[in-house]
Amino acid sequence: MASQEIVFAGFGGQGILSMGKFLAYAGMDAHLNVSWLPSYGPEMRGGTANCHVILTDETIGSPVVTRATSLLVMNGPSLDKFEHTLVPGGLLILDSDLVNRTAARTDIEVLHIPAQTLAEQLGSKKAANMILLGALVKRTGIVSLEILLQSVHEHGKATFFEANKKAIEMGAGMIPQLTH
Amino acid sequence: MGNKVLMKGTEAIGEAAMRANCQCFFGYPITPQTEVAAYMAKKMPALGRVFVQAESEIAAIHMVYGAAGTGVRCMTSSSSPGISLMSEGISYIAGAELPCLIVNIVRGGPGLGSIQAAQSDYFQATKGGGHGDYNMPVFAPSSVQEMIDLIQEAFDVADEYRTPCMIMGDGMLGQMMEPVEFLDRQPRKLPNKDWAATGLLGRKTHNVINSLFLAPEELEQHNTHLQEKYKIIKENEVRYELFDCDRENDLILVAYGTTSRICKNVIRSAEREGILLGLVRPITLWPFPTKAFEETVHHTRFGYLTVEMSAGQMVEDVQLAVNGRAPIGFYGRTGGMVPHPDDILATVKQMVHEGVQVWH
Amino acid sequence: MALTFAKPKALTDTPTHYCPGCTHGLIHRLIAEVIDELGVLDKTIGVAPVGCSVLAYDYFAADMFEASHGRAPAVATGIKRAKPESVVFTYQGDGDLAAIGTAEVVHAATRGEKITTVFVNNAIYGMTGGQMAPTTLPGQVTETTPYGRDTQQAGFPIRVSEMIATLDGACYVERVSVDSVKNVLKAKKAIKKAFEYQLAGKGFSLVEVLSTCPTNWGLSPTEALGWLRDNMMPYYSLGVKKDIAAEVK
Repeated sequence: MASQEIVFAGFGGQGILSMGKFLAYAGMDAHLNVSWLPSYGPEMRGGTANCHVILTDETIGSPVVTRATSLLVMNGPSLDKFEHTLVPGGLLILDSDLVNRTAARTDIEVLHIPAQTLAEQLGSKKAANMILLGALVKRTGIVSLEILLQSVHEHGKATFFEANKKAIEMGAGMIPQLTH
Repeated sequence: MGNKVLMKGTEAIGEAAMRANCQCFFGYPITPQTEVAAYMAKKMPALGRVFVQAESEIAAIHMVYGAAGTGVRCMTSSSSPGISLMSEGISYIAGAELPCLIVNIVRGGPGLGSIQAAQSDYFQATKGGGHGDYNMPVFAPSSVQEMIDLIQEAFDVADEYRTPCMIMGDGMLGQMMEPVEFLDRQPRKLPNKDWAATGLLGRKTHNVINSLFLAPEELEQHNTHLQEKYKIIKENEVRYELFDCDRENDLILVAYGTTSRICKNVIRSAEREGILLGLVRPITLWPFPTKAFEETVHHTRFGYLTVEMSAGQMVEDVQLAVNGRAPIGFYGRTGGMVPHPDDILATVKQMVHEGVQVWH
Repeated sequence: MALTFAKPKALTDTPTHYCPGCTHGLIHRLIAEVIDELGVLDKTIGVAPVGCSVLAYDYFAADMFEASHGRAPAVATGIKRAKPESVVFTYQGDGDLAAIGTAEVVHAATRGEKITTVFVNNAIYGMTGGQMAPTTLPGQVTETTPYGRDTQQAGFPIRVSEMIATLDGACYVERVSVDSVKNVLKAKKAIKKAFEYQLAGKGFSLVEVLSTCPTNWGLSPTEALGWLRDNMMPYYSLGVKKDIAAEVK
């Protein structure tokens, strides 16, 4: 059974929502059932953003992720807020440049990725989200990298595709060294 | 990869309405459905169609009254507190027999409540809302795709019967993105709108759009006519889904919209524990699918469990349909809380293993 | 034999239900004559209010709507936007327009909806039996101001025309009266101008007509006309409050 229930969380402007959307598109293109649910209302006005994404070959019930199989966070408050929602054995990916603590949980897998530093090496801090997304997709295998890239190509802005592709590949390339 | 696109519920509402030839949209911003208005504001002018941001929901629904009275397809969209304000106009629209579409993306109440998903406007939608003896067809989609399909259908039902129709979703259906497809569909054969007030344009007698009948005899006659119409709608337009009901079940769940999706997951996890569940999913909340219970009442050992994001508003209709022939339990969350599959399953087990009629 | 006086085509044969001495019938006639003279009956759509003139839809021969209380300008907005080629007017009293429907008329005006509103101000609620209206004068006795309107308790009257004239979407606003033959003729001229502005697509036009309610004022029709002159006209000054054509000059 291929199934992932993922929470993406961080600040507005980091590309949290679009990261989730690209994954949802990739899931759709991989013929999985998908849903994408953003936070909305005054919650968004405080500068935080999150979205819940489900990819599964089963029927999607509630699009709200209450027990996440993966959590991707790009700031400290998001880790505080969502860490407990991870299922035991779940995957936590955090941008270690922005989150200044590690996980409190010991029953989950944690990947620290200095996404800001890496993105700067690629020439734009804006690509940090795509580095993290590349790592997530590679580690979970919920869709193939090829399908993700194809979806980014099809549904993203053409001008950003090459940069996005590099970032995704860089993130995916981190996985062997992070997980030995 | 087909023609599927990933679309947010609120934007799908706008797109589906435009494809159903909706000519005018009147609305007022309210979370969690404001994107419907934004989508229409962006797309309608290019098609030479009308978008107006009204000064209130009250004004918006009366703009709908005006436009619908001229015979054009039109709609508004709002969320719970806004629908309360519109209820005056909806009553007039029902009284004057004007076809139109009203979308309610329900949020928690009462009062300002919350902006999270809820199903607590069931009574308002199905039992009136406004004053007087009226009903309107209420469609409750459970996915973004079904929302698209039902919007086109609701416009047709509105035109065929000269009635307002409501699409009732919830904050979650409005905000989520799902893959959807816009399929070409056969529109119904619809009657001419020779009643519309278009200006005489050569007609000999004037058309009047009106819900006032000062003589009691006349109003009673009008109301009888409305009731006869509602009877025909009840006969022809009931919609529901029976899911896993073609077997002898331990218990049958009753749920619509977002909660019905969750119930389908519960059915699968119950199976793994050896409990057989079915689901009656009303797609029209009015007319209520009483027939679905005729078909299932003898095929459930422990009766029905109604699951809602309200304090149990639909239970009354389930009780009327079951008419004492089976026990009925209830599990609900309110205020924007969404029922968790595990909690529903726990309630199922109470009913099935302990044989108790549960009311949570 | 020459026909010297005929019912306008824009009126039906239905006898009105208005009280003796009431000026609604007269104002209906002025609108109907204007519709006839402009030759627009075929494309006119009227909106009746809630109040004494609730049954106006029976009296005008044009296609008509009956709106809920105060919402006529919103209904008219829907009609005009759906059928931009039509001529749309609302006919509203002071309770309908200036109390429950204040938001609707203000916003229709400020949006510059190409509709015409005929606002009949008789300083009292007629249909419900003589209660205070938003335009009831200070000191005026009504069912709900039995000791006279106390502005400390019940606030002040609204000068609708002056208020609407402040809005950029309004192209023409005039206050007229039907207390005398001279003023009736002026009233008709104003209504005609308001319709003409609509036909020219200039924006929202409103004509406020000071009128009488002998029944609820407790006066004879003739006395009522005098009361209008002596009491209403000093508070509600007659004249053009806004005319974009004049401004352009």
